[in-house]
Amino acid sequence: MLSSLGSAGGKSAKPSFVSYVTPEEIKSEKEPSRKEKHPDLLPGEVVFCSASTVLKYTQDDLSQRGVFGALLCTNFRVSFVSDEAPTEETGQLFKNKLYGENDIPLSCVDNIYGGYEDKKKLITGGLVKNKYPSKMIIHCKDLRVFQFSLSFSKEEDAKKIFQGIVHHCLEPKSLRCLFAFSYCENTSYPEVQRKKQTVMFDSVEDWIQDMKRTKGNCRVVSENSNFELSPKLPQFFIVPSNVSDEDLTKYQGKGLPMWCWSHHSGCALFKTASIPLVQEDNVPQTYMEKMLTAVAHNHLYSVKTEDLSDTLPAVQDILLSYNKFKQFFLIDNTTEFWMSDMKWFSSLDNCGWLDIIRQCLQKAVEVVECLEKENTNVLIMEEGGSDLCCVVSSLVQLMLDPYYRTLLGFQSLVQKEWVAGGHAFLDRSNHLHLKDKAESQSPVFLLFLECVWQLQQQHGPAFQFSETYLTVLSDSVHVPVFTTFLFNNDSHRDNILRAESPHTQRSPLNCPTVWDWSVQFDCKAQDLFTNPLYSEKPKQDTSVRKSYRPKHLRQLSLPSSAFKTPPKKGFFKDEADNLKKILGVKRLSRWMLSPSSESPQTSSSVREFYEAWQTKPLDYHGLLLPCLDGPSIRVWMQRYLRWIHDVQILGGGPVAMLSKVSEILGEVQELQRQLDRHGCTLTSNHKGARPRAKTASVIAARSSVRLSSSFPFVTSRNWLFKPAIPTSLLQSLMVTGMAGNLADREDDGGGPESLV
Amino acid sequence: MASASIPVYNSSNNPLENSSSHNASRESLKMELLADCSLLPGEERIIDKDIIYICPFSGALKGKVFITNYRLYFKSADADPAVTLDVPLGAIGRVEKMGGASSRGENSYGLDITCKDMRNLRFALKQEGHSRRDIFDILFKYAFPLSHGLLLFAYLSQEKFEENGWSVYKPMEEFRRQGLPNDKWRVTFINANYELCDTYPTILVVPFKATEEDLRKVCTFRSRGRIPVLSWIHRENQAVICRCSQPLVGMSGKRNKDDERYLDLIREANGTAKLTIYDARPSVNAVANKATGGGYEGDDAYQNAELVFLDIHNIHVMRESLKKLKDIVYPNVEESHWLSSLESTHWLEHIKLVISGAIQVADKISGGNSVVVHCSDGWDRTAQLTSLAMLMLDSHYRTLRGFQVLLEKEWISFGHKFANRIGHGDKNHADQDRSPIFVQFIDCVWQMTKQFPTAFEFNERLLVTILDHLFSCRFGTFLFNCESARDTNELRSKTVSLWSLVNSDLSFYQNPFYTPESNRVLYPVASMRHLELWVTYYIRWNPRIRQQQQSPVEQRYIELLALRDEYLKKLEELQLSDSSPNSSHLSNSSTPNATSPTQHITHLHTPF
Repeated sequence: MLSSLGSAGGKSAKPSFVSYVTPEEIKSEKEPSRKEKHPDLLPGEVVFCSASTVLKYTQDDLSQRGVFGALLCTNFRVSFVSDEAPTEETGQLFKNKLYGENDIPLSCVDNIYGGYEDKKKLITGGLVKNKYPSKMIIHCKDLRVFQFSLSFSKEEDAKKIFQGIVHHCLEPKSLRCLFAFSYCENTSYPEVQRKKQTVMFDSVEDWIQDMKRTKGNCRVVSENSNFELSPKLPQFFIVPSNVSDEDLTKYQGKGLPMWCWSHHSGCALFKTASIPLVQEDNVPQTYMEKMLTAVAHNHLYSVKTEDLSDTLPAVQDILLSYNKFKQFFLIDNTTEFWMSDMKWFSSLDNCGWLDIIRQCLQKAVEVVECLEKENTNVLIMEEGGSDLCCVVSSLVQLMLDPYYRTLLGFQSLVQKEWVAGGHAFLDRSNHLHLKDKAESQSPVFLLFLECVWQLQQQHGPAFQFSETYLTVLSDSVHVPVFTTFLFNNDSHRDNILRAESPHTQRSPLNCPTVWDWSVQFDCKAQDLFTNPLYSEKPKQDTSVRKSYRPKHLRQLSLPSSAFKTPPKKGFFKDEADNLKKILGVKRLSRWMLSPSSESPQTSSSVREFYEAWQTKPLDYHGLLLPCLDGPSIRVWMQRYLRWIHDVQILGGGPVAMLSKVSEILGEVQELQRQLDRHGCTLTSNHKGARPRAKTASVIAARSSVRLSSSFPFVTSRNWLFKPAIPTSLLQSLMVTGMAGNLADREDDGGGPESLV
Repeated sequence: MASASIPVYNSSNNPLENSSSHNASRESLKMELLADCSLLPGEERIIDKDIIYICPFSGALKGKVFITNYRLYFKSADADPAVTLDVPLGAIGRVEKMGGASSRGENSYGLDITCKDMRNLRFALKQEGHSRRDIFDILFKYAFPLSHGLLLFAYLSQEKFEENGWSVYKPMEEFRRQGLPNDKWRVTFINANYELCDTYPTILVVPFKATEEDLRKVCTFRSRGRIPVLSWIHRENQAVICRCSQPLVGMSGKRNKDDERYLDLIREANGTAKLTIYDARPSVNAVANKATGGGYEGDDAYQNAELVFLDIHNIHVMRESLKKLKDIVYPNVEESHWLSSLESTHWLEHIKLVISGAIQVADKISGGNSVVVHCSDGWDRTAQLTSLAMLMLDSHYRTLRGFQVLLEKEWISFGHKFANRIGHGDKNHADQDRSPIFVQFIDCVWQMTKQFPTAFEFNERLLVTILDHLFSCRFGTFLFNCESARDTNELRSKTVSLWSLVNSDLSFYQNPFYTPESNRVLYPVASMRHLELWVTYYIRWNPRIRQQQQSPVEQRYIELLALRDEYLKKLEELQLSDSSPNSSHLSNSSTPNATSPTQHITHLHTPF
């Protein structure tokens, strides 16, 4: 081991970069303390391989400087342990307990590139026998970028670590290899008291309660609790009351309308997996008709259907678009960054990601319009019924039901629509790198979070959770510890967890869900999940606080007289008569492909709906609609720009304002406590202003700690007090053609008067 | 404004909006003699007429239009809520007749009005009896008074305010604040009668070692005599920002020893090794300028200087850019490929170049190096760069009054040609001298306030108000091209300053989040990732862009502040009654706690 350093030093007699310390220095420095460097390993974590004297480039630094340290690959993560004494960052309040800033959970690795001299090559598994690049670049799914130089390590070590990382990050593996299982076997993870917790929708009571809350009157099905009916169906679900027992299993759950949410008028939203239509076989059609009648029966015999496969992009298109989009943020060097800055808006436009977000939101608004304005039942469907159906149904509920805008409400919504709803998290994230599943990979859940972020940006005070919460949630999908994101559906989860249980008894393996936030963050950090702008709905009767959940909003937010109902075409066809026609038609032309023919009608109706809503005073505890105009759909800055040094606004960004709000909020809460101690009953005559004492989210944002726009993800340590000066400005301005001659002209007519 | 929504900046002292705030019931509106209540002192009614306003958002609306010597006012009771328009005539850039007496189609006969503030207005009239002739003539005459031998409204206004805005900026006071004069820099009155340079102010600060004779010599080598003079000095490192126009190098590459020596004096003053000259133009333009006698400082002539081109385009490019922007946001926001359309206007790219130029200036100064900034004449791009750099460097300019000083100094006194760039009262809408340079600068300031929401004492309302009155001609502040013209026209004695209005109601323009931090240099991020379209200005006429009175964050903050004050008061009352001698339960736990909130009051009240 000792000699490895010597040989490494010899090999790189001429380092092509300036580093803080030369390899020779390291040798002399480190020799006394020869010991395998390890990160603090988690329970059940095992080191596979490691290499020392790896150089980690300090990101965004063209001078190619870096820090030396050991690079390890464990069954959980790729970890870099710096040789430099860890500088205890005092202000770091947002530390993830599972992995640090130099750790990459294996499932979080997106792509690995090899740097050979000046070329960069994408590494796909397999090809790496006996060779290794001098530089390894890792792009992460949470958008971090790591660059390591292997040219100072012992050849053997370098080869091993490179191959190890490639193997464990990119090669197919079995579900049982995911870290969650060895982690859970080795932690006595305490059963959390589920009081005042997220509703998991894993019991029949949860479903009954939710239906009661929304005053729905459908049929709760509990016959599948052991998956006797079908492994493809959720353990518990709700269907229209007219659905008979034999209907339940007819097409393995396909075509079966699953209740999502009931509107106070009585109409409800249902979703279903569409039945592939087999030619000349009328049976599925008859079944579909029966199901639609059952849905219609739910309220006023009206139903509208919407096949999302026809009108929203396919999951593969979503992936393609996102893959283009994310490239704008995976920055290897600053020159590249500033070059791409020039064409930023059009690149953004061309990748189509924001447009997909807009389409999902628009679809949700259309559904909301049906429920809210026309009071018809809505059945949304798609192949599989658990991707865009989940996106749209969750968005609809967020817009209509303020309960889901609370933190616990939101988590319950994700449980209901996504986890219990059978979204194939495992296949969509392809944690296992299975070649045959490559097709099904798609960031559908992220797309949903993006839409939620848009709503939250536009109507901040309506949401109890913060932007940071959403960002962290999107990161957690790639931390293979939480059962929430590891399975494809209920029966899959149940099977695996039972099989993996260490005890032979019946109790399944006890793993944390992502909602057990204390696994990742301490209480202080979790304070950042609440939105200081949120104020609870003022209660008429403060003395009787029955349940935590606010009552389902009763009043109509829109008097129906406000609308002249325009005859609508194209979308949401009235079912009763032309049902057959619709089902007979194979696929309507896609929304995406023919915006001109389809969109004007619907988008103008949506616009009218939005405008009518907009003229009413805004009630944050009532119906919320997003503005869908171009300037209103934006990039989720915190998530995408947080690691890019050059765009950090030092001492600025929205957090500068929010921290002041938090500060005052903390003071108000402190005063409240003091007044309470005095036995003073506060008559909250400030409408809705009285904050809940529990949401004390006091960011330690005193003037001593300067925040940046990347707060809380990047700490002040990384600050340089030099401004980022954009490079390559000149090429940018393509003032060609028409402007060409203008650009050459004098500012003020003729030449200078004082011509000598 | 032509929308059914609540106006953005609806306050009784905002003249552009105040009439629309009279949202009385429809019945009373019919009774009321409409525009009467809202006339400004000195404002007179000229004509009123039944007319149809073709609103791009709500369709054709019947109503009545009133024209005064200051504004066009339209009100329609057709829509609910009532639609009103309140347009200062100064904001009108062009009036045209639409259709003819024989035009077919509904509402095809009328007037087409192009405004300078990002909107267009269309009115239709009855086709019989030349019904538009009188209104067209009157509008044309009063919207462009200077073209018709009339006075600008600012000279007719009788408005009175508590504050006199003309006293906001006193050059000597401002220089003294900066620590000037000192042993390296002196104040000169050589331009007291505008003899050295007719577009400069009377008081100038120049290197101590430069004699009056030197100044006169340098003057001959700088375009329009705009010699390098000091704009700002860094208190600690004594680095300075100087501004000027281009040197008159010409095709033959002329040199001028006096100019070279003069720039070296600037460099010497704080021991800067190399003076940096920022030429705001793209280098090709600088080269091209040689053909008309201008040019730039060559390497061999100015040995101790480095020249950096900042690649900012000229006034014509900027004008076309904003025109394109208007096309994609008014009346409707471009729907398909919004972002690509936005990019094709290049507006934000220009903003980026201006801001990054200013960052470079500020960065040099922070590093202790003096700089000279110029473009061609030194009154457009130069003013943008120096004032933005000063805003980054000097927290004083980020206060409400400090910002007024900055505008008065860098823009007004140093001769940004407001009259030509805006075309106040002038009918020649196609004048090539017009350009939204100042609008672009205010946009840059807005971008900075957006990135640093706690660093500025003023709010967005101030910026919008400034832009409204840039066109309105209600105040004298932005009239004329330079100080000498203002003196000739007795501007300061005959008109009211915009700052009189603003400073009489400061709280309206205050940013509640403002946290003073002196000595902090603000570096905004000049990346397209962070630059955004100023929707609440450029798209404010569109009712669909939700126009909130206050941002929800601001609203929440103010709510909480009020709540805190209420609780504090209550707590104080409780403690008073507790500590009274006959109180039986003097809880000792409350006493230590009580001190902490009271301590808070003092420092937390500062934002207000």
